[in-house]
Amino acid sequence: MKKEKQAKEIIFKSEKEVPLMPMSVGNMLWNKTGGWRNIRPVIDLENCIQCGICWKFCPDVAISIENERPVVDYVYCKGCGLCAEECPSKCIAMVEEEK
Amino acid sequence: MSQEKKEKKMTLSLPEEELMGSGHRACQGCGAALAMRYALKALGEKTVLCIPACCWSVIDGPFPYSSLDVPIYHCAFETAAVSASGVKAGLEMVGDTETTVVAWAGDGGTFDIGIQALSGAAERNDDILYVCYDNEAYMNTGIQRSSATPYGAWTTTTPVKHFKNRPKKDMEAIMAAHRIPYIATASVGYPEDLFKKVKKAKDIEGTRFLHIYAPCPPGWRSRSEDTVKLSRMVVQNAIFPLYEIEWGEKYTLNIKLREKKPVDDYLRMQGRFRHLTEKEIAYIQEEVNRKWERLLSLMDRSN
Ligand SMILES: Cc1ncc(C[n+]2csc(CCOP(=O)(O)OP(=O)(O)O)c2C)c(N)n1
Ligand code: SF4
Ligand code: SF4
Ligand code: SF4
Ligand SMILES: [Mg+2]
Repeated sequence: MKKEKQAKEIIFKSEKEVPLMPMSVGNMLWNKTGGWRNIRPVIDLENCIQCGICWKFCPDVAISIENERPVVDYVYCKGCGLCAEECPSKCIAMVEEEK
Repeated sequence: MSQEKKEKKMTLSLPEEELMGSGHRACQGCGAALAMRYALKALGEKTVLCIPACCWSVIDGPFPYSSLDVPIYHCAFETAAVSASGVKAGLEMVGDTETTVVAWAGDGGTFDIGIQALSGAAERNDDILYVCYDNEAYMNTGIQRSSATPYGAWTTTTPVKHFKNRPKKDMEAIMAAHRIPYIATASVGYPEDLFKKVKKAKDIEGTRFLHIYAPCPPGWRSRSEDTVKLSRMVVQNAIFPLYEIEWGEKYTLNIKLREKKPVDDYLRMQGRFRHLTEKEIAYIQEEVNRKWERLLSLMDRSN
């Protein structure tokens, strides 16, 4: 699916490199929000009914569909628990992160 | 059996393409982030957003980054609508009639400080889509009450001892009084309905007003995993019914209720209402019943 975009941070070496007009020149993929997470969603694909509800309700676009299955992107998942709460077959467990 | 399972195709209820990317700065379980994700799926790439000071001006990311794949004009707090009107006029001058110009503001920026600009645009029937994502307070600056904060809620400016004792402003009624072509309420708990409304609004000419219910876990003292549940409950208990108004007169109810759920479960799930007594909850229920009856009578009248 998506994620073909590069996660790169832009660094301006001098003032001259800064665009004259305030315009965005890069996405936020360098901001790896997975570090915010205290609990991680773990999907038990055996019991997944492939409904796509977890994908639909992720506020961080951290679930993608690969080979007709949901896949969590732990680089960005903030661990909000919405996917697990909304999963109709209750096959997503929220597991404590090891510190 | 497992063979059969492997071949099953996933059918998604919304388009797969995303114009909002990961890495944005919204808190865990942010309803405003969900609202944007769904709205952009419906709006597509030919969109300009005018975002005044609000959580979304932070969520998007610091200059020169942006988590959205559409241009954003960060405008002053009170100017969402007038900025959108201006961008629209500018685009028309250069011959672009295709791009949808969207004002995307919070409830503070809409119900309070931005209401004059919005009223002006609506009175002129400027060709803009105005979206208010409603988290029922000034969240970006630390949970101060707004005129969209509901009765009974705690905020930092309405502490428990002096909780908000005035009702939420009826913004739909105010907008209806402007006789604009399209007004709708939506909730992040009903993404397909939200998507459909944005699509519909996109193709209407004139001022369109969309009011999206968007929970804020830190501001409401609710659990991040309850965002979607709250967004469904608020519709089912008729605190935030989903409906459309055309030209200020024709009312349509989108999610019909076989039985209206009581409000207390909903209130009990949010720390901002924790202090409420049985009596106060009963009062809220009465008010919801009264407003619901009024809305139903408006539906009847327009059919
Ligand atoms: C003229 C002006 N007054 C005050 C502020 C400070 N300010 C920035 S965002 C904000 C609150 C926005 O609340 P709301 O519109 O509800 O959006 P939310 O943060 O809740 O998403 C305030 C008061 C400002 N930027 N400009
Ligand atoms: S826990 Fe939250 S952020 Fe992580 S994948 Fe689930 S819904 Fe997305
Ligand atoms: S919500 Fe649950 S059942 Fe549905 S696709 Fe996601 S993991 Fe599978
Ligand atoms: S404070 Fe609330 S509205 Fe703002 S980003 Fe956080 S959850 Fe979203
Ligand atoms: Mg707000």
